[in-house]
Amino acid sequence: MGDVLPFTDGELTAIRGDFPILTRTVRDGRPLVYLDSGATSHKPTPVLDAERAFYEQHNAAVHRGAHQLAEEATDDFEAARATVASFIGAPAHEVVFTKNATEALNLVAYAFSNAAPTDEPKDERFVLGPGDEILVTEMEHHANLVPWQELARRTGATLRWVPVDADGALDLSGLDDLLTERTKVFAFTHVSNVLGTVNPVTELAERAHAVGALVVVDACQSVPHLAVDVATLGADFIAFSGHKMYGPMGVGVLWGRAELLEVMPPFLTGGSMIELVTMERSTYAPAPQKFEAGVPNAAQAVGLAAAVRWIEAIGIERIHAHEASLVDRLQRSLAERPWVRVVGPAVGTPRGGAVAFVVDGVHAHDVGQVLDDAGVAVRVGHHCAWPLHRALAAAATTRASFAVHNTPADVDALLAALDRVPAIFGLDTHREAS
Amino acid sequence: MDLYQELILEHSKRPHHAGLREPFDAEVHHINPTCGDEVTLRVDVTGTGPDAVVTDISYEAQGCSISVASSSVLAEEVIGHPVSEALQTFEAMRAMLTSRGTVTGDETVIGDGVAFAGVSKYPARVKCALLGWTAFTDALARAGVDISSTSSPSPQGASS
Repeated sequence: MGDVLPFTDGELTAIRGDFPILTRTVRDGRPLVYLDSGATSHKPTPVLDAERAFYEQHNAAVHRGAHQLAEEATDDFEAARATVASFIGAPAHEVVFTKNATEALNLVAYAFSNAAPTDEPKDERFVLGPGDEILVTEMEHHANLVPWQELARRTGATLRWVPVDADGALDLSGLDDLLTERTKVFAFTHVSNVLGTVNPVTELAERAHAVGALVVVDACQSVPHLAVDVATLGADFIAFSGHKMYGPMGVGVLWGRAELLEVMPPFLTGGSMIELVTMERSTYAPAPQKFEAGVPNAAQAVGLAAAVRWIEAIGIERIHAHEASLVDRLQRSLAERPWVRVVGPAVGTPRGGAVAFVVDGVHAHDVGQVLDDAGVAVRVGHHCAWPLHRALAAAATTRASFAVHNTPADVDALLAALDRVPAIFGLDTHREAS
Repeated sequence: MDLYQELILEHSKRPHHAGLREPFDAEVHHINPTCGDEVTLRVDVTGTGPDAVVTDISYEAQGCSISVASSSVLAEEVIGHPVSEALQTFEAMRAMLTSRGTVTGDETVIGDGVAFAGVSKYPARVKCALLGWTAFTDALARAGVDISSTSSPSPQGASS
């Protein structure tokens, strides 16, 4: 990555100035300290403006009609596709707009089960049945677990998973037994939404490809926070959401290799995604249109493209370095508190933008309530990764997750509020968290 | 913070009547999918119809202070009382908890339950406070008790 200049105070002030919501107060007039961008990020003004401008000036159903607005709306939508694709190093026709990352992952899972063995021509890579295996990991968000459980249920394939070790990394010691000729698909997250663990995508993809498995990567927690280049990543598909990267809600992205998108059966069917329709049957448009049934979310795609331009103007490397410094500050400060246990990689190990922790003897819901009372918004619970929490022997964790607008003062506000927890719940702060 | 009344903290640290005991007529397991709070609850009922009495409630609760304390207060307020009265207490608790801060609760009906009045101002926590109580009414129904006098429970929110 090389040397990356930290933000000056003036730059950070300007960045924060793009987020109108950061000027509001919560809970009886306290300034908002937003540390929940891993759940959803706030939206900078240029994104809001772009979405509004689309509706005010070009609004039309894209890929339909021949009037001028329809042409402009279609151009905007396709330009948005090109912008988003370029951001991840892909050609435009490899990007499919979905409702969200969950839909993108379901799209791939359903493509497998929609590949009926009777289809001609068929692509064996997408045909699953008894004896075939789907491999996931224990650290997956439910969005990259439940669709595969369902696919296994529908097809009779077997679901297997890579366990997580005590440091919150994937335990790859048994991978040779888990990843075999039987494995048709290996789905795993790039960056854990709880642990912050950064998985070795390229290495895992190589091993999966060596046995002929397709590789699906949940990139929700990586694309907004670090440079992702699909040309070198090694995955066959990645999924990410717009709303976690300063874009609007209601738009997600599936990137897939062109040759796979071409042979993959569709998920949702209907208008827009067809080539020819008769009463008996239909043929389908080429990808990506084949996967975008119905009037697409053009305004949201345009908003997401604006988010990408906004990120690019700042620089993803600088965003990553800034967030990493905040993660480090928080992790080091929490390590000074023996009554707090941080889950995931140790201080100094590369991490995503999330830090989750346990306060010994106090439930995460109660910790979060004390933070909320101070205006500090974090997430509490299992963060849609219930099996991971079982593996960590934690019913729930408190998670702070960062965005580019966060400051060292935000970290300090969290710590100050956290330090009220022991007194409120009668905690012995000298005892080590278990 | 007015949410964490001393009474709630005491109940959560030393929950009354905790543990699973024999005999019992029904056992249920309820979870709060948003945060993973869980309660296993047993109910023992003596007598039938209008004479039915809640002889015992025993439980294992794992979760936040609000949900554990709520199960403790439930056991405290309901054990040894007629089923009809227990259901009235449940209704009064639920009315207070879902009131968004407009109902303070009647101590003569819900006893220590009034300590939970502050919870109603935090909609995300209402389910925590109701976990044990909804488990209780479910257990009563499974024990064959007619609980139709209570209004239908509010739909459970989904979690991600």
